[in-house]
Amino acid sequence: MSAVLQQLVSQPYQHGFVTDIEAETAPRGLSEDVIRLISSKKQEPDWLLEFRLQAYRHWLTLRAPQWQNVSHPPIDFQDIIYYSAPKPKKQLASMDEVDPELLRTFEKLGVPMSERAALAGVAVDVIFDSVSVATTYKKKLADVGIVFCSISEAVREHPELVRRYLGSVVPSGDNYYAALNSAVFTDGSFVYIPKGVKCPMDLSTYFRINTQDSGQFERTLIIADDDATVSYLEGCTAPRFDTNQLHAAVVELVALERADIKYSTVQNWYAGDENGVGGIYNFVTKRGLCQGANSRISWTQVETGSAITWKYPSCVLQGEGSSGEFYSVALTNHHQQADTGTKMIHIGRNTRSKIVSKGISAGQSSNSYRGQVKIGPRATGARNFSQCDSMLIGDRCSASTFPYITVQNTASTVEHEATTSKIGEEQLFYFAQRGIDAEQAVSMIINGFCRDVFIHLPMEFAVEATKLLGLKLEGSVG
Amino acid sequence: MTNSAFLRLAYNTRAAARGHEELDPLEFDDLVREKAKLVEMDPAFLERSVNDGFSGGEKKRNEILQMAILEPKLAILDETDSGLDIDALRVVAGGVNALSGPDNAIVMVTHYQRLLDYIVPDYVHVMADGRILKTGDRSLALELESRGYDWVTGPAGARRAA
Repeated sequence: MSAVLQQLVSQPYQHGFVTDIEAETAPRGLSEDVIRLISSKKQEPDWLLEFRLQAYRHWLTLRAPQWQNVSHPPIDFQDIIYYSAPKPKKQLASMDEVDPELLRTFEKLGVPMSERAALAGVAVDVIFDSVSVATTYKKKLADVGIVFCSISEAVREHPELVRRYLGSVVPSGDNYYAALNSAVFTDGSFVYIPKGVKCPMDLSTYFRINTQDSGQFERTLIIADDDATVSYLEGCTAPRFDTNQLHAAVVELVALERADIKYSTVQNWYAGDENGVGGIYNFVTKRGLCQGANSRISWTQVETGSAITWKYPSCVLQGEGSSGEFYSVALTNHHQQADTGTKMIHIGRNTRSKIVSKGISAGQSSNSYRGQVKIGPRATGARNFSQCDSMLIGDRCSASTFPYITVQNTASTVEHEATTSKIGEEQLFYFAQRGIDAEQAVSMIINGFCRDVFIHLPMEFAVEATKLLGLKLEGSVG
Repeated sequence: MTNSAFLRLAYNTRAAARGHEELDPLEFDDLVREKAKLVEMDPAFLERSVNDGFSGGEKKRNEILQMAILEPKLAILDETDSGLDIDALRVVAGGVNALSGPDNAIVMVTHYQRLLDYIVPDYVHVMADGRILKTGDRSLALELESRGYDWVTGPAGARRAA
């Protein structure tokens, strides 16, 4: 049975192909000159260049974090290409003008664009390496005053918004990788939902790392003004490479009075092969600020890819009565390492937070939940509920839970529940007795285990996530 | 995973293996509700996770329900009566009776005659050390109840059983 289970979890990465497009690349390495080059390539205003340079100078004083429960050889930041873009042609007037090679790539990835996007009801801001290639549905969104574009475009078209909010949630010196991102970020998405507007569709972006060895440093900024509502989807795949690729993104969310932001991620980047060679280093800082009273930010993530995942989508609950939610499924297999979780910082009165984390480890992987719940001195009436469940598949993987709880207000409530379980032969035998084979059994057990999280995903993501987990675990249960 | 999803997967796997038509969730829902009556199971039970927080009696009933849905040719019920109160015993026995017929076989393993007040067996076998020592009908079970096993297994058998 064990052998069958082992076999079940290993399926080759389906999206491992490289698109052959001439790229315009910066020289390897990082310096103020490279940053000036990025900034001038993107025709940025002086204040943004200054923001980058400040971040870079601060970054030079920082050291890479060591506290996380992952290990990797030191990263040589001088061996990374910080800027690479498909060679610019003339301005594109329609989809027909997009490089056919690019279109084929999207085709393979199943990115819904143009008509396909219309059918799916999704507007896609496609990022190909570092430059946004096409933005669909912009007009429809613009009709209700929604801004959904690349962050480079936002810098040009809406400089006042970008300047006001960029770095307001994740300051440029927040942590090592956030500082690096602030210095060299190349592109990303920008969303602004005006007062009282409920975004009529899920906004979506697909990221794809293409040029070999090019670190990707996306920057995403989403602002929901008073009484605005938005649901944002992020999905990623990357081609197969043998050398590790660093990915250090920053995502900032700002929710004003009674605003509601839902951010969902399905992450399926190349995780390295079954011997742990290659794969993406995914070191991401994601944070949302519930600035307004009764605002709400909800993070849902399904993390299945990357050699190393290091991310803690967090909520700063500043507005009175604001609430933060975090729903996570993190799956690791082979030699993958994940150290992920959340931070819920309760500042305002009657703030609420909920954490539901499901970690699944298979193969020889290591999967850690790390979460911080902090109730500040003025957060009277604050409530938190955390649930952290781990599931082990086989006997060579590990699962850890590191909850940090700080309470500085006696009139608040914090609850923490944790469980650990194992898919054992007994369970699989129970299924087999009733005619269900091991593969289906594992997939059912996993989906049952993750149900509390999946129900918070938008419909098409839920379907994708269910398939993805099954795929990722093929050949690995034992 | 909900009980009904589990049952449907099992049912359809078996249906496919026997070349029968698979059921969609709505059709299956009708079937499972019908079968649930057999074991006097509250339909709410079907939406609970499989065996998660089930009491001993609920697990047993659930197993009889699985049997009702999967219609196995041969079922082995190992100490189905252990840990059941009188009512649950009656329900489980009722289910077994309803499911036994000329086309299937049920082997029941029990230490007590009590269950046989509800389920009348065609044959009673006494087994020790992997061998069937004696075969009879229901009267054999009654005789065992009053005389114990020693007279069948002999003193050596009794020692081994202990």
